[in-house]
Amino acid sequence: MIRSITKQKAFEQILDLLDGFDRIFVMGCGTCATLCRTGGAVEVAEMGAKLLENGKVVTGHMVVPVACDELSHEAIEEHKDPLDASEAILVLSCAFGVQTLARQTRLAVIPGLDTLFVGKETGLGRFDEICSQCGSCIIGETGGICPVTACHKGLLNGPCGGTNNGKCEIDSDKDCAWTLIYMRLKEQGKLDLMRKHQEPRNHNVEPRPGKTRIPLD
Amino acid sequence: MDRSFKDVLGSGKFVLTSEIGPPKGTNLDKMVHHIELLKDKVDGLNLTDHQSSVMRYPSIGAALLVKEHGGEPILQMTCRDRNRLALQADLLFAHSRGIHNVLCLTGDAVVVGDHKSAKGVFDLDSSQLLACIRTMEKGKDLGGNDLDGAVSFCAGAIVTPEANPIEPQLMKFEKKIRAGAEFIQTQAIYDLDSFKRFMEYARPFGVKILAGIILLTSWRMAEFMNKNVPGVFVPQNLIDEMKAAPKGTVIRKGIEIAARMIRQIKDESICDGVHIMAIGREELVPEIIDEAGLGNGRQIPSNTPEQRQ
Repeated sequence: MIRSITKQKAFEQILDLLDGFDRIFVMGCGTCATLCRTGGAVEVAEMGAKLLENGKVVTGHMVVPVACDELSHEAIEEHKDPLDASEAILVLSCAFGVQTLARQTRLAVIPGLDTLFVGKETGLGRFDEICSQCGSCIIGETGGICPVTACHKGLLNGPCGGTNNGKCEIDSDKDCAWTLIYMRLKEQGKLDLMRKHQEPRNHNVEPRPGKTRIPLD
Repeated sequence: MDRSFKDVLGSGKFVLTSEIGPPKGTNLDKMVHHIELLKDKVDGLNLTDHQSSVMRYPSIGAALLVKEHGGEPILQMTCRDRNRLALQADLLFAHSRGIHNVLCLTGDAVVVGDHKSAKGVFDLDSSQLLACIRTMEKGKDLGGNDLDGAVSFCAGAIVTPEANPIEPQLMKFEKKIRAGAEFIQTQAIYDLDSFKRFMEYARPFGVKILAGIILLTSWRMAEFMNKNVPGVFVPQNLIDEMKAAPKGTVIRKGIEIAARMIRQIKDESICDGVHIMAIGREELVPEIIDEAGLGNGRQIPSNTPEQRQ
């Protein structure tokens, strides 16, 4: 399942963002942020306690089941009274959740997390970025592994000189995508795919901001 | 008489190149000193392009300076900092100002350098940059539009013969040749037996290969490279040799090792030439060249029997 991977901002930065707001409602998300342990029930309670210690009034807190779902307005309505008594909502969800909630309330909505990437859960507590939604999928020629995402430089024509025993030059904990692609294609007897010259990518398949409309009956 | 780098590559002469890292700032005195020191001793001078992702005076400016001082510049161009518009524009500029040699590199990752939060571009990769040059030589840009005045370059690339696993590197090496590389500079090599095996593989491709020689300045530097520089392997016997050098003679030992390797490469015709890198110690390159017995530099060899051999 794809997950929006987050990490909590430094508490000092959160306090800076909350400067001028005294009455704070804290919201978490029951999906990805809970899984990342950045915005589940535990983290929301901890954040509330820290805000209290730092002189804020915590008007209430809750964990929205899926913060990015349009239905999260129902959760907001359920907590109408404490929210009416608040000046800002501190949201411990990814930026999809923060922006969804921001459209549904007139209160200031402050993100408590940074959204790192849309990733895949590859094990308990392990998340890897494997697709960056580039709009021109190349993995049919790269053994099902995306070099645009999994190679730090997004190279299309094989590894750079920084590849080091199958690891990436920027972090020995990260695999060299092109070593993985090489091993996969070799196993499949398809190394000729790696010999093919790949033309420069089209970076504007869907110019940012992406927007599509499906024709409906 | 001086010859172009391309002519030298085609002449069968043992090719000798070196490189200069431009300064961080506008004080060009030291770089000019190094250019003056080296320009007549080598067949081409590489100008590094924000080497190790450290922001510096631009390689294209340094290449112009080499040109102005009568040297033969080899412009290093990485794909890290410019998209395809900027790369093509710089190629137009380089050609228009008489810079005829380009070394195409992907470029180090931004995060290894001194502007860690900058955006790495990598719109093209090294193979695509080579192909781009060949397209522009036909009078077209990458958008398919006509150029009013084409470019012409002697284009090269790099290879890491000691990478592990090696096969993906070799596949990329072949791609670079197919994309138009005329010469290949290697990452630093120290194990000549291992390099000979690489050359057995590489020779049939017909591309000119210049072995990368990095001056060892201490045994610690050698161990550091073994640990931290991908694809560089300094054998233990060389580290021991550096360690055994008496205090005050360590640099001499490094020069001696470099010169010895160059002599062996030339005497055994292991490859077509060498590319000497004395990172930060450019003033020592003439000593390496002299000790290797290659003092003739860019001059066309006179037809003495001993030089015809």
